[in-house]
Amino acid sequence: MKATTANCGEDLVVRVLGDVDHHTSLGLREEIDRQMTAAAPRRLVLDLSGTEFMDSSGLGLILGRYRKAREAGCELVLLRPTPAILRILRLAGVDGMLTIRQEKGEES
Amino acid sequence: MKEIINSIRARFPALSENEGVARILATGFLMHLGVTPAALADIKTVVSEAVTNAIVHGYRDRNGAGCPVFLELTLYADRTLVITVRDRGRGIPDLEQAMQPFFTTDREGERSGMGLPIMDAFTDQMKITTSPKGTKVVMKKRLP
Repeated sequence: MKATTANCGEDLVVRVLGDVDHHTSLGLREEIDRQMTAAAPRRLVLDLSGTEFMDSSGLGLILGRYRKAREAGCELVLLRPTPAILRILRLAGVDGMLTIRQEKGEES
Repeated sequence: MKEIINSIRARFPALSENEGVARILATGFLMHLGVTPAALADIKTVVSEAVTNAIVHGYRDRNGAGCPVFLELTLYADRTLVITVRDRGRGIPDLEQAMQPFFTTDREGERSGMGLPIMDAFTDQMKITTSPKGTKVVMKKRLP
């Protein structure tokens, strides 16, 4: 797992690469929260196009960031999740409460 | 389903880095079977969930290095895959409650409480046997 971050105007974009499971999610969570505190963005964008695997630990991470972002008056956007990740989001019934975009400006 | 085509068994310490190892084992086992990407993703997910449960919940508050997790994959002639994950941990005190979506005993760790519901939804059949001496999860999935 690796995360790269970039500040794009009022957006903090985090590109999540590799596997997100119980083993990797703690480090990823700490990194995102650190960047969130430093950048105080209007929007947190998690780019999942390079995420090769995600299980319920990743779902917990996403829901945790959703809550933190909302408390900070920030919107969480999931960008380009793979079909396997979408399947987990839909099964959990959270796809309707999160903003999911397949491409910039396009909601799924 | 009677004729076994292939089977592997693995035993590894309950260390979180082995969650990825378990997924690699499952991927390798299925490599030559022409499994669709969607079915492979489901199988990797349920293996990861079951192994993570053994590590996080089965052996909670214990040093995972000395705690074994057992993974067994068996493929039958009718393309039924049987995945068995077993531990010798503390067991699940209330299985019915644990099966409820979003139920978790580990809020601080940001567990989603969706592990068991995902395992149930992504397989054709799931049976869990649990006691204070350990937990055994058997999942069956017919490969497309």
